[in-house]
Amino acid sequence: MFNKAEELLRLCNEKNKRISEIVIEKEIKVNKTSYEDLMDRMHNVLRIMKDSSKAALDKEIRSVSGLTGGDAKKLEEYNKSNETLTGSLIISAMAKALSTSEVNASMGRIVAAPTAGASGIIPSALLSAQEKLNLTDEQVIMGLFTAAGIGEIIAKNATVSGAEGGCQAECGSAAAMAAGAIVELAGGSPEASFHAASFALVNIMGLVCDPIGGLVEYPCALRNASGVVNGLISADLALAGIKSLVPFDEVVDSMYRVGKMMPEALRETALGGVANSPTGEEIKRRLLN
Amino acid sequence: MKDYGVFDVIGPVMIGPSSSHTAGAARIGKIARDILGTDFNRVIFYLHGSFAKTYKGHGTDKALVAGVLGMGPSDENLRNSFEIAQAQGIAYEFIEADLGYQHPNTVKIVFKSKDKKDSYIIGSSIGGGNVLITNINGNKVEFTGDYPTLLIKYYDRKGIISRITSVIANNDINIASMKVTREDNIATMVVETDSVIGEKIINEISEAEEIIYIKGINPMLR
Repeated sequence: MFNKAEELLRLCNEKNKRISEIVIEKEIKVNKTSYEDLMDRMHNVLRIMKDSSKAALDKEIRSVSGLTGGDAKKLEEYNKSNETLTGSLIISAMAKALSTSEVNASMGRIVAAPTAGASGIIPSALLSAQEKLNLTDEQVIMGLFTAAGIGEIIAKNATVSGAEGGCQAECGSAAAMAAGAIVELAGGSPEASFHAASFALVNIMGLVCDPIGGLVEYPCALRNASGVVNGLISADLALAGIKSLVPFDEVVDSMYRVGKMMPEALRETALGGVANSPTGEEIKRRLLN
Repeated sequence: MKDYGVFDVIGPVMIGPSSSHTAGAARIGKIARDILGTDFNRVIFYLHGSFAKTYKGHGTDKALVAGVLGMGPSDENLRNSFEIAQAQGIAYEFIEADLGYQHPNTVKIVFKSKDKKDSYIIGSSIGGGNVLITNINGNKVEFTGDYPTLLIKYYDRKGIISRITSVIANNDINIASMKVTREDNIATMVVETDSVIGEKIINEISEAEEIIYIKGINPMLR
C-alpha cells in the first residue's frame, strides 16, 4: 500500500485521512487483524511505555553493569526545585527519556521503538505532548500509529539499526517518528508531519554509534534525552509552517547513504568515538574483567 | 523488500538492554528447550564472539538461562533467572569459546542430564531479536523459529519427501519454506509452515518407517 512517504501522502490526500488512519487501514488489511485487536495491542504498548517513562523518576535505577543510572531522578529533582534554563517541558521530556533508557539498561521491560537503544524517545515525546495538549490515551495511540508509519518507511528504504547506519539510524529515526506523530496530534497536516520528520533526521545526520564497552548505556541514554528534544523542536518547526526543502524520502535515502559511508568503527562496534577514548577504553577493560 | 507490520517498528515488547544480546539470547534459549526437551539438570553455554565479550553487561547470561527455563523475551522474571534456576535445581555454566566461522552473537547450548546423552543446539542472534538456529546435535539446519517448524531426520529413500509433504498438505497446511540436506544415507529436513503444526501431523508422518526423528516447534509470540 505504501513504501515511501510520497505514496503515504498521496493516500492521505486522496482519502482525506490522517497518516495514522492510513497506517491502521493497511495493518488491518495486510496482517488480517481486527480493529479492536489492533487497538488492544497498542493500548498495551502505551501502558508499557508509560511505566518505563516514569519508573526511574522517583527511584534510582542502576544498569546491570553498574556503569550508569540514577540520572532520570536527578533531572526530575532539578526540574522540581530549580528555575531551569530550558523550561519544565524540555527537562521533563529528557527525564522521561532517560527513565526508559535506565529501565532498559537494568533489564526492565520496554518497547523497542524502533530499537531498544532508542526506546526512550517516542514514549517521552508522546507523553510530553499528552500533558501539554491534554490528549486522551486514545489520541496518543493514534500518534503511535503515525510514528509506526514513518518508522516503517525508514526501515524499508534505509535502516533503523545502529550496526548498519550509526546512531542517526536509531535515535534519528525515533526522533523523526516522534516528531511526525506530535505534529499530527497537534493538528498539523500529513505534509507537516513529514517536514517535522525530515528536520529530526537532518538535525542529527551523521551521528555515530559509539557505546562504551559495547553496552547500550553511554552515550545512548544521553542521546535519548537529546533525541526527544530533537523530536519536540522539529515538530514545533513544522507546526510554525517551516518546510523541509528536501522531501522526506530523499532525506531517508541520504541518511542511509551516510550510514553506508560510515566506517565500521563508528557503527556499534565500540571501536570509535567516545568508546575508544582513553576513558572509554579504560571502562571497557574494567567491565570485561 | 520485507513488509513491516506496525509492531515490528513499535516493538517488540522486550526486556532490555539489547534486542540482539538480551531478547535474541532468551529466544535461542527457549528454542533449545523446545527442541531438546525439559529433561536436564545442567546446561553449558559456549559463548562466541560479541556474546563472549559483553555477555555480563548485556545480561545475555541471565537471558539465556531464562530461555532454557521456558521464559520468553518479554518476561519480567528474566533478570531473576539465576535464582529461579537454582530453586529448580538446574546448574549452569558459561564458557567463552571460539565456535569457528559463525555470526558474532552465537551460542552453543549443551543440555546435560544424569541418564541421557548430552544434546545441543547452536544458534545466532542476528539482530532486532531475530535468531537463526544452525545446528542441532551435529545436524546442520537453518531456521528462525518465527514460523511453525518441523524438524525431520530420516533414511533417504525415493518418495519420502513427497510422502511428508502430502501429509502436510492433506492437513490443510501451507509450506512456507523447506530445506533438505543429506549426509551418508541420512537426510535432515527443515520445513517452515504458515500455520501451527499439531500432534496429528507428527503422528501421521512418524508412521513412515524411514523416519528416525521428528519434532514440531511452534513459534513463541512476539
